[in-house]
Amino acid sequence: MLRLLKTLSVLLLLPLAAAAQDLQSILQTHAEEAASPSRQSVGTMLDDLASSGLPEVANFLEAYQDRDVWQRTTDGLFFYAEETEDDLYTLTDISTGEEVGTAPASEMEQVRPNGGVRREIAGALVAFQLSDPDIDRRRTAVEAIARSPSPDQIEPLRRSIEGEADPALLDRKQELASILLALYGEDSEARIEAIGALSGELSVEARSVLNQILSTEQGVAPELPEANIARVLVPGRQLTEAEAYARLVEEDLAPPAPTDDDIRNALAANIEGGTVGGLPVTQLDDPAARYTAYDALAAEGTVPPRVPPEARAAAVESHVFFEAYDEPDPAVTDAARAALDEVRTRVGFGQVADLTLDGLSLASIYFLAAIGLAITFGVMGVINMAHGEFIMIGAYTGYVVQQFVPNYTVSLIIALPLAFVIAAAAGIALERLVIRHLYHRPLETLLATFGISIALQQLAKNIFGTQARPLTSPSWLDGAWIVNDVIQISYIRIAIFVLALIFLGLLLYILKRTRLGLEVRAVTQNPGMAASMGINPDRINMATFGLGSGIAGIAGVAIGLYAQVTSEMGANYIVQSFMTVVVGGVGNVWGTLAGASLIGGLQKSIEWLNPSNTLAAQTYMILFIILFIQFRPKGIVALKGRAAGD
Amino acid sequence: MTDATETASGPGYRGPATGGERRSFIARNPSVLWFLAALALFTLGVTILSEATGNGALSTSFVKTLGKTLCLCLVAIAMDAVWGYCGILSLGHMAFFGLGGYMIGMWLMYARTEAIVLESLANQPIPPTPAEVEAAIGSQIMGVVGGSELPDIWAFAHSLPLQLLLVVLVPGLLALVFGWLAFRSRVTGVYLSILTQAMTLALSLYLFQNDSGLRGNNGLSGLQNIPGLPSTSQAWISISFFWASALALGLGYLLFAWVVSGKMGSVIRGIRDNEARVRFLGYPVEGFKLFVFTLTAVVAGLAGALYYPQAGIINPAEIAPIASIYLAVWVAIGGRGRLYGAVIGAAFVSLLSSWFTGGGAPDLNLGFYLVQWTDWWLVLLGLSFVLVTLFAPKGIGGLFDLLRRRGDPDRDGDYGPDAGAWRKEEGEEEEITR
Amino acid sequence: MMAPADAAPLARDEARRGEERPRRPRSTLLEVSGVSVSFDGFRAINNLSLSIGEPELRAVIGPNGAGKTTFMDIVTGKTRPDEGSVTWGERSQSLLRMSESEIARAGIGRKFQKPTVFESQSVRENLAMALRNPRGPFDVLFYRPPTDDTGRILELAEEIGLAAQLGRLSGELSHGQKQWLEIGMLLAQDPRLLLVDEPAAGMTPAEREHTTDLLKRAAESRAVVVVEHDMEFVRRLDCRVTVLHEGSVLAEGSLDHVTRDQRVIDVYLGR
Repeated sequence: MLRLLKTLSVLLLLPLAAAAQDLQSILQTHAEEAASPSRQSVGTMLDDLASSGLPEVANFLEAYQDRDVWQRTTDGLFFYAEETEDDLYTLTDISTGEEVGTAPASEMEQVRPNGGVRREIAGALVAFQLSDPDIDRRRTAVEAIARSPSPDQIEPLRRSIEGEADPALLDRKQELASILLALYGEDSEARIEAIGALSGELSVEARSVLNQILSTEQGVAPELPEANIARVLVPGRQLTEAEAYARLVEEDLAPPAPTDDDIRNALAANIEGGTVGGLPVTQLDDPAARYTAYDALAAEGTVPPRVPPEARAAAVESHVFFEAYDEPDPAVTDAARAALDEVRTRVGFGQVADLTLDGLSLASIYFLAAIGLAITFGVMGVINMAHGEFIMIGAYTGYVVQQFVPNYTVSLIIALPLAFVIAAAAGIALERLVIRHLYHRPLETLLATFGISIALQQLAKNIFGTQARPLTSPSWLDGAWIVNDVIQISYIRIAIFVLALIFLGLLLYILKRTRLGLEVRAVTQNPGMAASMGINPDRINMATFGLGSGIAGIAGVAIGLYAQVTSEMGANYIVQSFMTVVVGGVGNVWGTLAGASLIGGLQKSIEWLNPSNTLAAQTYMILFIILFIQFRPKGIVALKGRAAGD
Repeated sequence: MTDATETASGPGYRGPATGGERRSFIARNPSVLWFLAALALFTLGVTILSEATGNGALSTSFVKTLGKTLCLCLVAIAMDAVWGYCGILSLGHMAFFGLGGYMIGMWLMYARTEAIVLESLANQPIPPTPAEVEAAIGSQIMGVVGGSELPDIWAFAHSLPLQLLLVVLVPGLLALVFGWLAFRSRVTGVYLSILTQAMTLALSLYLFQNDSGLRGNNGLSGLQNIPGLPSTSQAWISISFFWASALALGLGYLLFAWVVSGKMGSVIRGIRDNEARVRFLGYPVEGFKLFVFTLTAVVAGLAGALYYPQAGIINPAEIAPIASIYLAVWVAIGGRGRLYGAVIGAAFVSLLSSWFTGGGAPDLNLGFYLVQWTDWWLVLLGLSFVLVTLFAPKGIGGLFDLLRRRGDPDRDGDYGPDAGAWRKEEGEEEEITR
Repeated sequence: MMAPADAAPLARDEARRGEERPRRPRSTLLEVSGVSVSFDGFRAINNLSLSIGEPELRAVIGPNGAGKTTFMDIVTGKTRPDEGSVTWGERSQSLLRMSESEIARAGIGRKFQKPTVFESQSVRENLAMALRNPRGPFDVLFYRPPTDDTGRILELAEEIGLAAQLGRLSGELSHGQKQWLEIGMLLAQDPRLLLVDEPAAGMTPAEREHTTDLLKRAAESRAVVVVEHDMEFVRRLDCRVTVLHEGSVLAEGSLDHVTRDQRVIDVYLGR
């Protein structure tokens, strides 16, 4: 350790002092150690190499460690060598890295440092790499330490911290130093201090280090031993009686008790002439009879005796079951526990933030998918079951555009308005041809549009096939915005969020600031009155249907970017869209926003509580919505007054 | 006495004024006799042509298809009662149907597995204990989803009577609880449809999970093998189930003809046409809706319990919302508001559908494109459904009106708005229809 | 129980009533006090207090938006007031916690402005549904029409002049006939309080006369509240008049009395 320190100080403080020497000559001064290094003697040579400050030393040490260095027996010089032909080696100069000719195998001898030496070399190497002028090599070295931490890396790492210029890497080094100190620090105080520093982290790494310190082993003994006990396990509470007894058997503290299976097998093995243990085999379909027969066998000594439940209970009773920390010092484990709790709290906050982001992005998708439905439902009082298929139309539009426009950015810019136009046109056609004729029959509209929906789905299947079609996002949307180990969100989802915001703004503008919006709101609130005020309901219906369907088309492109495009994608979103409308309340942009936020947030939260089972999450969410309707039958934002038709 | 015309159609009672209401059930519902006679004739025909009891002109699998179709007709009648008469467009009745199937399937699967397990354990040197048999059945049934024990919901699966009780109770209670919640909060019209669809979706998603206890997406299988009848041929089983289905359909028709005629029919059609008005007459509308919803759910469950032993397998996909929507489509195409319409619709569309999707229909060569019906059937169905809704709202059943009352003015009048609908007649003050 | 067939229907009604509840002339049947309700900030009813006796014929008049229909909505349970109380009958039962159908069963019948009969059902079915009988689903399911119900339907049909139309779909009736059918349905319900919203709207003078007679006769044995625009019709009713304005009572008394009231004149003729 002391030697290393010296090495490092020389290396760092006097890099130029020994610049005159070259690598080969240093090696020649220590020729014997260099050729057959031993763990005790290699140190001096490494010190000299380190103090030389030569840039090629790091390379050399790596090669040395990897047994790529050969000595030419004729003159004792060292080379990098590689067998290029049979018995012929190509030599490379260790200083310049140039090829310097060949030599027969008989003249070459490989330098083979043993394991201990190689560790010494690695230690020296780390010191080099940690201070390497090339930031990538420094990073690699730091990550190598992080991957396999060991006590002897502490000093080189701490030393390299002082000279570190890159702030991010400096942070990383400090963090790693804390981790190393926490794990391998010389005394408890240093470790506790380092553990304290870790409590400010939230990385997975820091958490795993703390968990490593807190690793425990289960134990059982007649008396609680003198050890750093994590907790005492009470049979019947923290572990079952059966488990407790099994542990006793494992530790040879109690005789093994034959299980029911053992008993059956023993009985089967001891059948003699149709009876076993004095009982006829035919009677052995009763557990009690089996015990009797087995006990008879045990009395003869053929099989080990059964352990009656009382004996098992007594054995369990007379022992203490516990978990002991592997770390003997309670002060360290206490500090680690406190730090871990603190980290967990911070991680919890982080997860809440992450969940909020996830929920928001899901809410934006539901908002885009449902707003069209909400507007048309509000204005016309009809539910369009084919709405999901407009989403699908939008997505396939995006897919087709990408077939013609290879540039993903350009194709996206073309696809968004085109999807709007095509879906809106489909919507207007549906309104003119079907829905217009069914205005007083919402339930029949529901079914007729459902007919359209299955026809469109099958049509898409016939055209595009059943397999999923990709809609590739431009490369600038790849990747994710990573805040820390806990909080991250992909750029696509951010883009969808922005898209939803844009449409929210646009819709609010249209509804609140334009003539069309005024008329739409009038028709929503009182269709009869609006008509008598000279508002042409046909025009309004067409416009809103087109608008709503168009937005569904946009939503289709957005959804297609992160999920795949299939003919069933619309159907997958339609129920959620309905739920959004029902929960949010009819005919109000804010209501839809609230509904989408509630449903998106809820779905993410339930998934978080039960991450293994997204199906159950959806089930519970729907149940919640059914109950929600009990308390707010008209949704979160309900129209009030007589216009609402109470 | 302006109108002495008898019609067989359900909606709109048009009896002679002198007769009053005190006439026999059959006289008020002439369609019942016709229907029962047709059903009996059909059953007789199939019996004569089946493999087990007749000359074998109909294959066993086709007899099964016909038996299943009768079950679908039964659930369609239930759907017609709840939608065509009471105005509740339930998108959940196929879920009740599936639940009935699951309940009977549990017994079928348990009993059959028990027989297999007992047979295989009989070869062991030591006879098995009941607990060992139980464990073997559990791992046999649940092994496919990585389980080894039967969950608690299988507690009654060993007993046919108890499981038959569940066929009635499970759909009935679900309908009762769901209906109570929904009707109590005055959810009507499309809202109610969406809510029932959500219920159906939740149920199918729940059953799709492996830890639902009902074998996840594997569902229950091998249901065509009836335990206790190892030597009976499938031909006999199929014709027996066909008879049972025909009997159930006949009884179901009688039951619903009775419910939707007379004063009960009057009230529930009143609820369909103007719920608020019925309420102001003092009728507890929620109670009536709940009654109809639950009764039809129970019948749907029974129909399912007859259907799935003939189908042989049930899985959660059968419960998905789309199935219930198809049910509504059948009733609409057949003609809602008349029970025989629902039967015609279910039989016609489901048989046609299996003909088209089964590759039975010849391809259509348009010269530039070859229409293969396996691909295009759904497009055709979807579009023809739209056309029926637009141009023939009475469905196929409407043809009967044409035959019966040629030249008579159309008196069926308005079905009234759908329950809870917005009736937007421009310029008119709305009072209570909203 | 059975009244002689030749007796006037309402007289028979009277007899039945006499048996069931001892007549207490002019006792208070409905008491509305301090009721207010607002929709989205707009106060439709503002501290309204009103009481109706039994038997009584009362006309409620007022300009558009005075709160006449909302008043009916509150009494029949369609709208819940923000404050105030509505009590009913001898035991001063609160109506605010009862559902629409419970209120209807308690004895309040309502006729809507626009005739709302079940158009796809016959006149007989419409009347049969309204007849005073147990209303539960199972009562209805197992209902066998007793002979007196059939007779009663016939009497009612004669009363409203639709005896010849019993078998017809009510959707085929004329507007005036639908109005009468609805009044007939109200009478069939046998309510203690009848709320009638603009019964004469869209009727010919002859039909109006018939309607007035119907209402006046009904009011002999029960409370009848008529909401009306038409002064001429109100005058013919010849009863106590309540004038509503901006959700509260402006004046009350005989028609002559209220039409002399300066505030009423202001409200009706504008300021």
